[in-house]
Amino acid sequence: MSEEPARALDEGALRALVPQVLAGLVRRGEDFDAAEDALQEALLEALRVWPEHPPREPGAWLATVATRRLVDARRSEAARQRREEVTYAEPSPTATEEGDDTLFLLFCCCHPDLAPASQVALTLRAVGGLTTREIADAFYVPEATMAQRISRAKRSLRGRPLDQPGDLAVVLRVLYLIYTAGHAGRVDLAGEAIRLTRQLNLATEEPEARGLLALMLLNHARLPARLDSDGRIVTLDQQDRGLWETREIAEGVRVLQSALAVQTEERRPGRYQVEAAIAALHDDAPSPEETDWPQILAWYDDLVALTDDPVRQDPAAVLGRAVAVGHVLGPDAGLRETERLREVLGDRHRWHAVRGHLHELNGDLPAAATAYAESARRATNVAERDHLVRQAARLRAG
Amino acid sequence: MPQYLLLKYYRGGPERHHPFPPMDQWDPDDVEAHLAFLRHVTELLKDNGEYVEHKGLTPTRTWVRYGGPDAAPVTTDGPLPETSDLVAGWWMVDVDSHERAVELAAYTSSEPGPGGEPLYEWIDVREVMSESPSSD
Repeated sequence: MSEEPARALDEGALRALVPQVLAGLVRRGEDFDAAEDALQEALLEALRVWPEHPPREPGAWLATVATRRLVDARRSEAARQRREEVTYAEPSPTATEEGDDTLFLLFCCCHPDLAPASQVALTLRAVGGLTTREIADAFYVPEATMAQRISRAKRSLRGRPLDQPGDLAVVLRVLYLIYTAGHAGRVDLAGEAIRLTRQLNLATEEPEARGLLALMLLNHARLPARLDSDGRIVTLDQQDRGLWETREIAEGVRVLQSALAVQTEERRPGRYQVEAAIAALHDDAPSPEETDWPQILAWYDDLVALTDDPVRQDPAAVLGRAVAVGHVLGPDAGLRETERLREVLGDRHRWHAVRGHLHELNGDLPAAATAYAESARRATNVAERDHLVRQAARLRAG
Repeated sequence: MPQYLLLKYYRGGPERHHPFPPMDQWDPDDVEAHLAFLRHVTELLKDNGEYVEHKGLTPTRTWVRYGGPDAAPVTTDGPLPETSDLVAGWWMVDVDSHERAVELAAYTSSEPGPGGEPLYEWIDVREVMSESPSSD
């Protein structure tokens, strides 16, 4: 508890320094694993020491303390004669500028060989500067489990060259995974994902990175209206649109436009830009009735055109498109679209929920109630399950 | 990441791969090997960073229900106490996918029984509903 004032005082600024300091250590030739551990210790020490002795150069202070830890660790390792030889390629000192530190570290943490859970955990710690305890709390696992997951991930990165450009698509997927994981305990993962994606956008001009930031902002803007005061889910058509964050919407639209502006006929927008465009159209409607469904459908056409076999490769896009079809061409047409997905998604709660919505739109309340009940049986989230049970009960009560 | 319970049963579930006596009738070395394997599974899950918790339940069961206003709770150990399903315990794991949970469950089911032969015991894999709604 004694660290609370320090957190309130410095945590944001402190964590913003993490990528820069860590990247500096790694570029200097330190092992990523050891450097990350040392910096984590330096961060804890900073939280303890800074409230009474604020440093003049916080970044340099962290680098110095982390380096001292690294030297100590090396000494004790040598003393035990158990020093492991680490054989990764020395990063070239001219590699990148300071502004690219975040990108460099994201490529390390989102290495394609790591499992998604490890990529997420490592990114939150090494780039986000969260403690293991905070990450563990956010994902409802014991701290020891999260510590083990992080140290395994770092071990498996040993011996791999970290100075080569990584896979940006994987980085974007990991950041989106963090965003959709929601928020629990002290850590607002959606907010953290937005912060990291902002940092990423300082380091790359890639339109899809901007598309992802726009998508997060445009969805996040509706979050205040998504649950009522009792924690019940409120669907888009029932939300109090006055609660939407207009500043986030404005920023999301601006970011999206800047991404779309550099696209051409040959270079079509990627999935995050398209999904952001759909989110923007929802955000733009003053009331549910004024939603521009034909425009939304046009974007969904683009989205499903991004894969060769959308039913198998991107069923979520086909399902979203079925809703748009239902609003533009009528619920029967929408239901026919969902039929194409029966084999792939027939056992998933979202497929049944969408059919419930389309049946309800059609005025077929018994079929809608049955679909919502089927969906509730398959939900993997308490709030969604409760919402679907209420929908079914509401329709059955007439 | 999704969480799953890997449930072990004292009795119940689908038909057994092969009949085996209760553990208190096994050779003591087989009992030791079996218990060592269970500890090993827990250690493995921890080492993988997939462990959430593990618990065992006693085989004693009491069914309880509200007795009505001003009445004592109603209790019973029936119906059919000898044949109804009875959970023995579980591991809770935090994994990347349902496939991974199935893989882990199959591994735990290879636990050694009498003569060191795998028990081929049925494991009930159940997804734990998440509490926080996602932000998508």
